[in-house]
This record gives sequence, C-alpha cells and structure tokens, in this order.
Amino acid sequence: MKSIDPKENFEASKKSIGYVDLKNAQPKDYQRIGFSVGLEVHQQLLTKEKLFCRCPAGIYQKPDEYDAELLRHMRPTLSELGTYDDSALMEFKTKKKIIYRISNTTACTYDIDDTPPFPINREALRIALEIALACKMNIVSETHIIRKPYLDGSIPSGFQCTALLGIEGEIELKNKKIRLAQLSIEEDSCREISDEGHTRIFSVDRMGIPMVEIVTYPDILHPTEVMEVSNYIRFLNRSTGKVRTGIGTGRQDVNVSCKGGTRIEIKGVAHTKWLPALSHNECFRQWALLAIKEKLQKRVKKENWKMQSVQLNSKDFPTAYAPIKKAFQQNKHIIAVNLPYFAGLLSHFTQPDKAFYDEYVHRLKVIACFSVPNMICSEDMDEQLEVDFIQKIRQELHSKEEDAQIIFWGPENNISTALQVIEERSLMAFDGVPKETRQSFSDGTTAFERVLPSSDRMYPDTDTLPITIDDKLIEEIKQQLPQSVSEIKQQLKDWKIPEDCHAYILSRNYFTHIQHIVDNLHYTPKFIGVFFGQKLKHLHGQYRHIPFAIQRLYELFAFLEKENIDKGIAYKMLKQLFIHPAKDFEAILDLLDFKRINEDKIVKQIPLIADKYKAIDDKKSNIDKKNSIMGQLKKMSLGNINLSKLAKHILP
Amino acid sequence: MNEDIFQGYKGKALEVLKKYNVQVWDDADIETTRGHFSGKILPRAENTDSLHIVLKLSTGYNIGVHVSTIITMSSRRLAQPVFKIPEKEIPYTKGLPRIKLLGTGGTIASRLDYRTGAVIPAFSPSELYASVPELTEICNIETEEVLAVFSENMSSKHYIILAKKIEEAVKSGIDGIVISHGTDTLQHTGAALTFMCQNLPVPIVLVGSQRSSDRPSSDAALNLMHAATAAAHGDIAEVLICMAGTTSDDYGLLHKATRARKMHSSYRSAFRSINDTPMAKITRNNIELIKKEYNKKDKNRTIKIIPTFDDRVTMLYYYPGMKPDILEAVIDNGYKGIVWVGAGLGHINKEMYPAVEKAHTAGIHQYMTLQTIWGYVNLFVYDTGRDIMARGIIPCGNMLPEVAYIKLGWALGQTDDAEEVKRIMLTPINDEITQREPYNAYLVYQGGIEEVEEFIRKVRK
Repeated sequence: MKSIDPKENFEASKKSIGYVDLKNAQPKDYQRIGFSVGLEVHQQLLTKEKLFCRCPAGIYQKPDEYDAELLRHMRPTLSELGTYDDSALMEFKTKKKIIYRISNTTACTYDIDDTPPFPINREALRIALEIALACKMNIVSETHIIRKPYLDGSIPSGFQCTALLGIEGEIELKNKKIRLAQLSIEEDSCREISDEGHTRIFSVDRMGIPMVEIVTYPDILHPTEVMEVSNYIRFLNRSTGKVRTGIGTGRQDVNVSCKGGTRIEIKGVAHTKWLPALSHNECFRQWALLAIKEKLQKRVKKENWKMQSVQLNSKDFPTAYAPIKKAFQQNKHIIAVNLPYFAGLLSHFTQPDKAFYDEYVHRLKVIACFSVPNMICSEDMDEQLEVDFIQKIRQELHSKEEDAQIIFWGPENNISTALQVIEERSLMAFDGVPKETRQSFSDGTTAFERVLPSSDRMYPDTDTLPITIDDKLIEEIKQQLPQSVSEIKQQLKDWKIPEDCHAYILSRNYFTHIQHIVDNLHYTPKFIGVFFGQKLKHLHGQYRHIPFAIQRLYELFAFLEKENIDKGIAYKMLKQLFIHPAKDFEAILDLLDFKRINEDKIVKQIPLIADKYKAIDDKKSNIDKKNSIMGQLKKMSLGNINLSKLAKHILP
Repeated sequence: MNEDIFQGYKGKALEVLKKYNVQVWDDADIETTRGHFSGKILPRAENTDSLHIVLKLSTGYNIGVHVSTIITMSSRRLAQPVFKIPEKEIPYTKGLPRIKLLGTGGTIASRLDYRTGAVIPAFSPSELYASVPELTEICNIETEEVLAVFSENMSSKHYIILAKKIEEAVKSGIDGIVISHGTDTLQHTGAALTFMCQNLPVPIVLVGSQRSSDRPSSDAALNLMHAATAAAHGDIAEVLICMAGTTSDDYGLLHKATRARKMHSSYRSAFRSINDTPMAKITRNNIELIKKEYNKKDKNRTIKIIPTFDDRVTMLYYYPGMKPDILEAVIDNGYKGIVWVGAGLGHINKEMYPAVEKAHTAGIHQYMTLQTIWGYVNLFVYDTGRDIMARGIIPCGNMLPEVAYIKLGWALGQTDDAEEVKRIMLTPINDEITQREPYNAYLVYQGGIEEVEEFIRKVRK
C-alpha cells in the first residue's frame, strides 16, 4: 500500500499554498492572500472604583490569597427569538465546574452576581467619552447597558455589561487613515488561574474594573501596520493620562481574514510585538484551510461524507505505543475513527509546525476537556505508531487508501462529546474556515478557543436605565482633550528629537511634561526630549521596581536654572533621585560631593594642567591632550561649567 | 391601524416617528447633528423619557438618538419578529413519579420585555421545561400555568385559586406538586397554602430563583431540579420552600413554609429557616433529612381544603414615637385584625395604649410578633408587656410576622369569634409556633471573626 510520509506531505503542502515566512514576505504576498486585519483594543481606565459597584479598582491578590471560594455552572439562555447561541452551547457541552476565588477587599456581592448593578461609575464614563472624542467619534445621545453573554465563566453573571458611546472615528498613521468602528465602555472579567479537566478557577479581583474597547475597521493590510495601529491607539489612550498602565491593563483581540476566509478573532494578545506574527500566521492558516476545502470537495460531496468509529481492546489491538498501552491498563475507552478521504489532509500544513490534525487536537482539548496526550493519528509526524497496529485498525474500520484515522482515549463520559467534535470539525473542513475565536501563543501560532458568538446574542440589561449624554458634557470634555498622537509625533519631529525616543515618550505620556519644561524654563526641546527618551528611559529600566514621581523632573530643571547650575549634572542627580526619592536637591548635590566653583576659576586651571601635561609627554596629539585635561577637570566642572564650553577653552 | 407600530413611544419621539413614517422594527437611517446612525428601531421602555428613539445597531448594541439632533430619517419596513421559546412536548418515562408543575409567574419563569426593558413573567411551564430538559430524568412532569403575576402582586384570591388547583391535582393521584413562584412573597404563599391545604398526602414544594432565568448564572434551573426531586422522591408531605442553600451551585435546602423567610434582597441563599433548622439538604440525586419528624408521604391520606381569607387585616410595625392616629385610621377603615410587629420582646409605646384599647373594644383582633425575627414574644418580663396584654393584644410566640398576618386573615375568613380566632391562631398547624428553640436555630455568623473566616474559606459558600 502506498503510504503517505507525513513530514514530506507537510512540507509539500506548505509549498503548494505558497507559504512565506514573516521575515521574507513581501507586500505582494499579502495582496495575493488578501490579508485584512481589524483590531479590538481593550484598555483599563484609571478610576478609584469599579464600573458597576463601589469596590476599589486595580488591586490584585495572589492566586492563593482569597477569603472564600464558590462554585457555579453556566447554562445557555434562550434569546428572545427562542434560539441558543452556538458558543453558549459549546461551553455547556464542556460541563465545566467554575470556581471563583474572592477576597473581601477586592470583590463584593455584585462581582459574584448576588446583587444587581449599582449606577454606572461617572468617572469612568467621563474618561471613556474623552477617549471617544480623541478618536473623533460620533457620540450617541443616549447609551443603553447591554449584556454580552460569556459562558466560559470569566464573568460570574454569565454576561459582560457593556455600553456603546461612539461610532465612526479615525486615527491618522504615517501614510494612511484607519477608520474606527466604535468605542464601548465595559467591565473587565475575572482572571483565570487554571483550567484543567472539568474545573476552571478564576480570581474575581479584576472583575468589574472599567475598560474601553476600541474597534477598528479591517483597514489594516500588512502585519507591521497591525503593530503601528495598536501602538497608536495605546498612545492615544495614554495621552489622556487617565488609563491604567502595566501588565494586563491593555489587551487586544485581532480579527484576521484572508480572501475567501472568514473573520477569526485572536483573543487577549498581551504584547503588541506578537501581533505581526500572529496575524501573518492566521491569515496563512485560513489560506491553507481553503486549500484543504478545495482538495476535499474534489474527493467527495459533504452530504455523502460519513465517518466510522470502533472501540479497541488490548487483546485484538496490541501496541507498544506507551500512552495507548497505559490507557488500556487504566481501562480507558480507546476509540479509532475513520475519516474517509482525509488521507494527506491531517498532515497538511496550517501553521508553522502545526498541521490540520492539530485543529482536532485543540477542539477536543477545549470542548471534550481532554488532557494531552490523549490522541494520535495515522499521519503522526513522529511516526510513533507501529505500521501493524494502524493496519489492523484500518482493516477493522474497512478503511480505504484515501482515508485517514484518528485514535483517541479517555474516560467513558467524554467519548460521545469527543466523537461529536471530530465529526463536526471534519464536516467544517468542507466549508473552509470555521468561525471561532483563537488563543495566541508566544511563537506566533494560535489554537481554537471557542465558537465565535454572534451579535444576536446581545440583549439589553434589565437592571439599569439608559444614560443620557448631553451636549454640555461633551463640550466640557472637549475643552480638556489632549493633543492628538499624530500632532505630538509631528512636534517631537519638529523639535528634532530622534525617532527612537518617540515610543517611550508616547507610551509613558511624557509629552506634556516635556512641553511644560520647554515652555517655562530655558532649555532646548531637543535636550529635554533626549533626556526623557534616553536618560530617563535608561534609569527606569535600571530601577524598574522603584516608583518615580515624574513631576520631580520639572522641579529638578527649575532648581538647576534657579541655582545657575549647569544641566550637565542633571543625569547624575536623577540617578540619585531614583535611589533617594525623599531627598531634596541640595542633599543630592551633597551626595555627589558637588561644590559650587566659579567658571573663571576652572578655566584658570587649564594652563596649569597643560604645563604639567607637557612635562610628562609632549609627543601626543592635541586631542589626547584635550581629553586628558578634560578628564582632570571633569569632576570639578560638572554642574559648574558646560563641558563643551570648557573644551573650547582648552582647544580654542 | 395597528397601535403596536409605535410601541412605548410618546410625546416628541412619537411625533418624529410619525413625521418620517418610521415605525418599530424598521431598519432606519438617521442623519443627526452628532453624525449618521443606522439600525433597527426598537420599542421604547415605558418609564423612560419621550425624547429618544432607540436603535439596535448591527453590532448588537442599543443606543438612543435624541429627537432634537435628528436632521432627517428614512427606513425600510421589516416584519415584526416573533419572540417565542419553543414549547416542547414533555416526554414520558415509565416508572418515574408523576409531578405537577404549577406556574404562577415570577423570576423563575421570566424573560425580557422590550417595552419596559425589564423582566416579565412569560415562560409557560413547558417553555421552562424546554430550558431545563434535565427535569425529565427526575420525574414525569405535567405543567399548568395557573397565574401570571409578579410575586409582589400575589394576594389572597391567588392563594385560594392555588389551593383549589392543589386539591384538584392531588385528587388526580399526583405524586407531588411543584409551584414556581417569585421570591418576594414566596413565604406568604407558603404559609397560606400550609393553612389552606391540610392533611397532605404528597409534598407541595414552592420554588423560585433569586437571579433571573435570563442570565446564564441563574439559580432557576438548579432550584427547579431540586424542587422536582423533593416533590417526586422526597418523603415530606408538607408545604415546603426549596431554594439554594449557599451562593454556590451546590445544594438546596428544604424549609418548612411556615418557618422560612427571605433574608436578603438578591443573594441566592436568601431563604433561611428561622428559629429552627431546615427540613433537609437536597442535591440532584439525594435528599438528606435534617429533621427526623415530619408528615410522611401517604397517598391514601385525603387532602382537606380550607380556602378562606379575610383581607381586612393589617400589620403595624412599631417605631419610637409612633402616634395613635395611625391606629385610629385602621379602626376607622373597618379593619378586623392587626398583626403588631413590636420592638424587643414585643413592645410598643405607652402613647398607643388608649388607641389599642379602643381597637380592642371595637372588636379588632390584635396579635403581637417580633421585629427581632428570631426569638419568642414575651409580655411577662416587663410590666409594659402586661399592660399591652391587658389591652387585648395576644402574643404569638415565635410565629413570624408574615405568617401571623396570613394566619389571621385565614382565621378571620372562618370566624369572627375572638376566642375561636385565638384558638386557631395559637394552635400550630405546621410549626408556625414551636415549643422550643434549639441551640442551632439562631445562627447569624459575623464576618471578620477568625473562626468564621476560617469556616468560610474552608467550606465553599
């Protein structure tokens, strides 16, 4: 029998769909596959309290720091039209036990759905409106709190409360505009601590922290643009100075599609630097699934396709393959499934180091709660199964040459769900790209997370009244809008502040601080910009764990100007300020052993040192001589005379 | 013209809709001073302003467009959607007990009303079955929608309808009855049915939910499964209330209806047995008896129905500085009975005495219960108590105030004779007055205390 070499087949299929890796991909490659991406950027707002209750926001506990645990199950609810949402049904199939860990300091009975919501946090609403206006959006005149069901347990009520504030905005990139579809205000979800087998554990501390979600149109046509847009929106949010910063305070979902594909949502990408690879790989995965669809449709009609399965016993199906051997010993059910016409498809390329077979693996893991390794297939890359064993299974299942097989094992009560999942995923292959949300990995690949919920699932919250947003409030907020990110970028450029300083200044929202110094003191914008973008950045990296009050930089420069001390000493002083945040500037100068010396007195030292230098060695160049003199005068000069001015005195 | 085309709209918003010939469920495009908005026109909730038109955008979000911002609008007419939950025919399993599910409305059976934007009781029991198919594994269920009212709108006439329905069902040889009911006055209905339906052959289990069934986290489904288990497989032929034991989806508790009280406005485990332990702890496959003495199920017993009620009964909640004019008004309005809710052991102020005496002389039956909820009325400890009794107020032992109200109404429905009313009031039908208070009958733990915190952390609540 002609058998398929899985590895060869993987490489051949990768080549045949025209996969190019991220580094080598050209714009024409993205045009060929119709790369199209939209972003959903989530950003926590800097408020004292949560959105619908009066718990403090932004306090987190360690996974084992909790006062109580409670157990819940989520059930799908019928929509008004009498139908169930697909994603809700999938979560119900998983039969998960949801455990919530609550701490009395960070959560109340609202957070665990034992109390109806309190009126919306006005501080949060105001910040969200400020961001919507900064996005140049049309603001709605009345917003309604809407429920967005999530049955994965991440929200104890089973739905997220969210409200739309603006639609149709835009942001300006270097060479193009990106349209923004909408901005909504929403409550953050619980933090997942673990998800093993049939139990998922959440910490409730994050639940209810106010967030905004900004959704772009799918106007992004290149992976590097994904990052550019994400950064722009991040900087825009931060330019208000009213959003939370730090790990997990900003997250994004990426919606990717290729030509002929479908919108796939990659959920919760924590780092912007992962975005290009994730969107690149997802677009090619869809391209590969379309190729698989085409092959399959040529082989058989979807309506005529039917899979077969059989339970294996250790007597008739002996194997040395350890996991199955162990499964036999543990009396697990071991099932072999025949997938007609799927030969060569299970080992078909989908993502770097991932084949079509992995689509089954991930779905089984999520929906049927299978722990790994619990399955293997006839096109296993590592060829771990004996040829005889597979042959016997094929005979038992009456498999044909063009068929492929999956063998899986597990406890009896998971088997029927698993079979259903395998059949569903196989049938979906005839249609191309199944609608789903996917989770991301640091290597740039993704895996099935859940079925994509439809917009029909949204329904109004019954516990709250609509909120009016009148012109007066909008005008009030408009007066306080921060400068736009593109304007700031242009100003930094005009000030000749090098581009490598921009991201740091924008992400930390330091522009207003720089401007304040430039406007009120007598330093050049370039010096201050570089001081922030390089010197401050360096110290921030070095003393990461020490909080630094940024307004002290203004005070520092104001002090130097008032005391007529040269700015050359600023970096050394700043370093001491990080270490001794409570000390005043005079005390910092003492620490540095600084003595005020008249400029003339220093200049007068030059000939004396020069004479000494001559006495030692007069063969060296003028430059060496200058450096030597500078070196000897440096300590005395720092803060007392500008070093380049000093250099001119030495070598006029 | 169909009046429903402008559902909930009034005033300026209604004028604008008419002006542009736009109606509810249309796909509309609205040009406004705040930009362009398009979506489906939704009904307007009744108790909101008349200045906004509600749109459902294609993303699923709802927004309101202020009429003063509208420059122009146009629309495409679409058929009104039909909101319906499929009513499934309930399958029959041989060998499983026959249970009757009587629907009354309330949170266990509710869904969203677009017009009011709030929850309305709308699930028929068979719709309820469609959303909780697990019920068929517990029993063969027959359903009947008896009432469709909010729990707070329940009153004596509804109790009488229910009592008669129960009699009818019991006489048809049913193995148990489940009544789905809103939680606000669940304890009142429970008490009324205890008095009206006596000598029960089978369990009658009242069930509700604290968190509405339109939310995935609702306690409705699990409570209903527990109630069905108690009715089908339980041995306690009494009127019971079955609600969550903790905030977790873990176990339920069966409370004697005369001893149960809703003790939190929204918490899942709001219902507690007062002055006594619950009857049993219940899971989907087990009933663990806590109290060993109860009226055992016996289908040969004949149910006795006493469906009477006189609603000329009121409750007076005592507060410091209470003025007699309130009581005068009660007398003038022809009330026949008063349940006092007194301070401490059952006290009211001296200023009320003349009016109390006047009420007594007027033939008004007065009974004393407690604001403290837990404990016994005792009018012997202080002289003031004796003064109160001397003026015709009769202490009700540890009967709960709401139960006393129901019982007095029920008693006055049968007789006006003061001695007979007193005899009925003070002769317990099902432990509405108990002879003793066990040590574990009063438990209100306080958070922050080390051993309580340890208990909460260890025992999942």
